Amino acid sequence: MRATLLKCSLVVSVTVGVFFALSGSASAQITRYQEDQRLGTESHIGNVTGHAKAAAMDYRRYCVGCHGDDGDGMGANEPWLDPKPRNFTLGQFKCRSTPTGTLPTDEDLFDTIARGLDRSNMPPWNTFTRQQRADLVAYVKHFSPKFQTEKPGTPIQIPPEPEVTADRIKTGQVLFQKLECWKCHGVEGKANGPSADTLQDDQNRPIKPYDFTDGTRPKCGSSDQDIYKIFMTGLDGTPMPSFADNVKPDEAWDLVFYLRTLQPMHSKERQIAKQLGLKPIDPNAPVPEATPAATPAPAPQQ
Amino acid sequence: MKTGYKYKLAALFSAFLLLGLGVMILGQKVDAAPPSGGSVAGTVKLDGTAPHERSIDMSKEPSCAKEHASNPVKVESVVVGSNGGLQNVVVYVTQGLSGNEANSTQMQTWDQKGCQYIPHVIALNPGQHFKVVNSDQTSHNIHPQPKNNSEWNKSQPPGSQPFDVTWANPEVAINVKCNIHPWMHGYMAVVKGPYAVSDNSGDFKLEGLAPGSYTLTAWQEEYGTQTQKVTVAAGKPAAVNFTFKAK
Ligand code: HEC
Ligand code: HEC
Repeated sequence: MRATLLKCSLVVSVTVGVFFALSGSASAQITRYQEDQRLGTESHIGNVTGHAKAAAMDYRRYCVGCHGDDGDGMGANEPWLDPKPRNFTLGQFKCRSTPTGTLPTDEDLFDTIARGLDRSNMPPWNTFTRQQRADLVAYVKHFSPKFQTEKPGTPIQIPPEPEVTADRIKTGQVLFQKLECWKCHGVEGKANGPSADTLQDDQNRPIKPYDFTDGTRPKCGSSDQDIYKIFMTGLDGTPMPSFADNVKPDEAWDLVFYLRTLQPMHSKERQIAKQLGLKPIDPNAPVPEATPAATPAPAPQQ
Repeated sequence: MKTGYKYKLAALFSAFLLLGLGVMILGQKVDAAPPSGGSVAGTVKLDGTAPHERSIDMSKEPSCAKEHASNPVKVESVVVGSNGGLQNVVVYVTQGLSGNEANSTQMQTWDQKGCQYIPHVIALNPGQHFKVVNSDQTSHNIHPQPKNNSEWNKSQPPGSQPFDVTWANPEVAINVKCNIHPWMHGYMAVVKGPYAVSDNSGDFKLEGLAPGSYTLTAWQEEYGTQTQKVTVAAGKPAAVNFTFKAK
C-alpha cells in the first residue's frame, strides 16, 4: 500500500515537473513553430506558385547581406546604405498597385525584385528564373505576420491610356499646381520645392523628392502605367502621399502626360510642350478655375 | 475487485469537473453585464514651470501665416492653462475592464485649420470612425505613423471631401504629421473602454464605468504615462487627479 502511494506521488511529481518544464519553454517553441508554419507561405504569379522554403538558399546568398537574417533590414551592409534596406517584418512597401496602407500583391513584389529600386542599392534581379523570383516573393512575405492576417489591397483600376493631346498636357499642368506636387517636387520638377529640404522618411532620415529632370527613373517603374500607379497609391513609408481620393482616372492620365514633359528623355509629350511653349507653373498665380480641356471657349476679357 | 469503486470515483470526479465548468461559464455571463453609471472625474496639473514653447514660423505657407498674423501659434507639446491645468492629456483604463465594453460609435473630427491639427490630441476606441477634414486654402498630406496599425499617407487638397477612417488596434499614441508643413504634429490615442482628453483647465471625466476597481493611465506626449488605482461606485464620480513634473 505504502509502496503504491510512493509510486503514485512520484508519478504525479514527475508529471507536474514535465508539465512546468514544457510550459516554460512553450513561448520559445511557439515562435519556432510559427516560423516553420510561415515557411509554408506561398506566392502566386500567374501559373507559377512560389514556396518560401525553396527560397531559403537564394535569400542567404543574395539578399541577407542587406536585408538581414531576420528580414529586419539589418544586414551587415546596412550601416553604409542610404536609403536603408527594407525591413520586411513591417509588411510595408513603396511600390504597390494597391491603396496606401495596404499590402502589395504578389505581382507587385515579383516585379520589384526583377526591377530593383533606382536611386538605392537594391539591384535588379532580372537574371533569376520566374520560379526563383516567385519563391523569393513568398520568402519576403514570410517575415511579416501581416501577410498571415491581412489580404493585399484591391489594386487600383487603370483605364486604357488615352491619346496625348496639347489640352491634356495643359490640364495636367493645372493639376500639378492644384494638387501642390510642386511643394515637394518644385515648379520645374527639380526636387527643390519649398518643403523639399525638410522631408524625412519613416526612420526620420532625410529623403529627397524624385527629381524629374535628372534623367533617373522612378523606383517603382517608368512606364506610363507605373507613373499613374505611383501618385495614385503613394510610396508608403515616405512623404510621397496617395492622391487617389482627389484625382479622377481621366485627370490622372493628364497628370502623367504633364510629368513626362518635365523629364529630359525624348517623348511625344516633350515635343508638344515645346510646340506650346509651355512655361513652368507660377505658384503665386491663382490656380486656373476650370481645367482648360473642360472650358468650351475662353470668355472675352474686359 | 475494486473496479466498482474506481468507476464511482471517476463519475464523481467528472461531475465536479462539469460543475466547475458550469460555474466558470455562468461566472463569465455575470461579468458581461453592461457597465452602469459609474464615472471618474479629476484634473491634470503640471508641477513646475511650463517649458517655453517657441512660436511656429509659417511664412512658407502664406495663407496660414496670415490666419495667425495677430496671434502666432506656439508649439503644442505642453499646453498649460492659467490655473496650471495640463491640456491634451489622454486618460483611459488599463486594468479592470471586463473586455466586453462596446466601442464608441460617436463620429469624431480631425480638422486641419490654419496649418494646425484641431484637436491636437484625439482619443478613440478601436473601430471608432473619425472624419479627416481640410479647412485650409492649401493642400495637406495626412501621414499617421502607427506601429501597431497600418500606416497610410493621403493628400487632401483644399475644398476636397472629408474622408472617414478607423484604427483597428489599440495604440497610445499614433504620431500624425504633414510632410508639406513639417511643424504640424498631432496624436491619436486608440484605447479600449471609456476615455477622456483633458481640456484647457486640465479637467477630464471618464463615464460609463461599471462599479469596481480600475487602474487609470494618463498619457502626455512629452512626459509619458502615469497610473493610479481608483474604486468606482455607482452614483457620484470617483475623484482622481494626476500631476506631471515639469522637466
Ligand atoms: C546591396 C543591398 C541589397 C541587396 C543585396 C538586396 N536588397 Fe532589397 N533593398 C535594398 C534597399 C536599400 C532597399 C530599399 C530601397 C528604397 O527604399 O528605395 C531594398 C528594398 C527591397 C524591397 C522593397 C521594395 C518596396 O516596394 O518597398 C524588396 C521586396 C527587396 N528589397 C527584395 C530583395 C530581395 C528578394 C533580395 C535578394 C534577391 C534583395 N532585396 C537584395 C537593398 C538590397
Ligand atoms: C509631401 C511631399 C510630396 C508631395 C506633395 C508629392 N511628392 Fe512625389 N515624392 C515625394 C518624395 C519624398 C518622393 C521620393 C520617395 C522615394 O524616393 O522613396 C516622391 C517620389 C515621386 C515620384 C517617383 C516615385 C518613384 O517610384 O521613384 C513620382 C512620379 C512622384 N513623386 C509624383 C508626384 C506627383 C505627381 C505629385 C502631385 C500629385 C507628388 N509627387 C506630390 C514627395 C512628395
